[in-house]
Amino acid sequence: MPVLNIKKFSFTYPGVDHPSLKDINLPIKRHKITALIGPSGCGKSTLLRSMNRIHDLYPGNKYEGKIEFTDTDKNISDILDIKKENEFIELRQKIGMIFQKPTPFPMSIFDNVAYGLKISGVKNKTELADRVEIALKGSALWREVHDRLDKSAMGLSGGQQQRLCIARAVAVKPEVLLFDEPTSALDPISTGAIEELIVELKKDVSIAIVTHNMQQASRISDYTAFMYLGDLVEYNKTENIFLNPQEKKTEDYITGRFG
Amino acid sequence: MEKIFQKLALSSASLVFILLVGIFITLYITAKPAIDEFGFNFITNSDWNKDVALESAPTTELTDSDDAMILDEDDIMLEDEDDMMLDDEDDISTKTIYGGLVPIVGTLLTTLIALAFSLPIAMGIAVFLAEIAPKNISNVVGVAIELLAAIPSIIFGMWGLYYFAPIIADLFGGYQVSLLTAGLVLGVMILPFMAAITRDSMNTTPAVLKESAYALGATKFEVIKDIIFPYSKVGIIGSIILALGRALGETMAVAFLIGSIFVLPSKITDPTISIPVAMANNFGEASGLGESALFYLALILFIISFAIISIAKFYFLKRAN
Repeated sequence: MPVLNIKKFSFTYPGVDHPSLKDINLPIKRHKITALIGPSGCGKSTLLRSMNRIHDLYPGNKYEGKIEFTDTDKNISDILDIKKENEFIELRQKIGMIFQKPTPFPMSIFDNVAYGLKISGVKNKTELADRVEIALKGSALWREVHDRLDKSAMGLSGGQQQRLCIARAVAVKPEVLLFDEPTSALDPISTGAIEELIVELKKDVSIAIVTHNMQQASRISDYTAFMYLGDLVEYNKTENIFLNPQEKKTEDYITGRFG
Repeated sequence: MEKIFQKLALSSASLVFILLVGIFITLYITAKPAIDEFGFNFITNSDWNKDVALESAPTTELTDSDDAMILDEDDIMLEDEDDMMLDDEDDISTKTIYGGLVPIVGTLLTTLIALAFSLPIAMGIAVFLAEIAPKNISNVVGVAIELLAAIPSIIFGMWGLYYFAPIIADLFGGYQVSLLTAGLVLGVMILPFMAAITRDSMNTTPAVLKESAYALGATKFEVIKDIIFPYSKVGIIGSIILALGRALGETMAVAFLIGSIFVLPSKITDPTISIPVAMANNFGEASGLGESALFYLALILFIISFAIISIAKFYFLKRAN
């Protein structure tokens, strides 16, 4: 049973006639990494941003189809049915998101990681401290920052900031993490560290990652979906997509003939 | 051509600096007699244009039973009235003293009331415009705010005196013209500046930063409180300081509403006077030391405003870095 099951999903931005995503069927499997690849404008980020309904911060989007979410207790719910604010909050605590650019909040390192916990109602100081430490260790950042947790997060390097954002997302114990090109603003060394971390994380969470970088998809993902102009062209195990693509378009893209 | 252009630009820029220093120096020179006479006591003295007996002077002009060295308040008041018709210059036994405490206190208090009143409202408007209102409403209200900023201050003064002051007097008691009325109308005047600048700096919060907070399950209120406010803190502080600068120097509207008497207020519904109003009201008749004392007040206002704008600049520079 995939943790997210996207069925006949279409998405239309406000003020646009034709849908940006057409009839998408895609599973996000539990404790696996699913990569979404494709040229710019193919809709991969749009699809990712539908999975936690972050689109809904801006009104007027049209959804069709279903995105079924199966939680650890095997309860199935359709993400697209959500209407109330408290349901959105619940959804986003279960399905976290990491963005293209690191987005540290204007507060200390500790408060950044503790933020999601605090707003979800964790008040106990020792529990907060413990969970922040676990999250920072889990994001391979603890060694670098444990002696300056009270310093501003703005003073960290780009790679450290991105790992901080991952720690922040991990701290609330989500079931799914959505990565929207998490390394596109980082240098190769930081990129390597983030990739290692993502692979490490799949023990605990299921992961969907949008990436421009095909090597990255082939290095870290278990499944790959290739998208083109709003269509899901091909979905398969990563090795099949890269070694033995079934569709001509997929082959052209991964061999660098366009994109 | 390049050289000429550079020189031209440089001289335009230096003109501003020369003007600034020039104004300061002229103020200082004209205020010099009052500074020499009263020194820093000017700031702590609450008597304005008051005749007191010279300590070394003979006491012949006073009633026989009185001792000039230990005059009490009532005697001075009486003497004041007696001397109304006399010319200060010819009266060798008394001198006129000027103290700036009342207008300084009046200026600071009206500004403080204005700020206390307008700050929460301005923040509310800014949050509404930047985060809550739909685009079309936000644009309409935004234009209304900017129009409010364009109303000349004398109109605020007249409106305040005829329509606002009676309401305030009904609500809080006391005089219609008072510290409170002046402060509140001043608050209305600085409101649009604060609201507009605060809205603009809130709008600079990157969308992705807000999205990452929402993606953690934050509510709109939490995003505003924890992300947008801290992020735009510097701009908000800047807007407050700029509004302060304007409130300190406002003359016309305050002249209508503050009551214009040189008396320290004992409560906020009392009338008093502010520095710009003291200058505007008394400049026509002032001469000699009185004129100099007004310039001393002007110098103090200049220094207060200059300090506040400098702090504002400092914040904006810090932000740019």
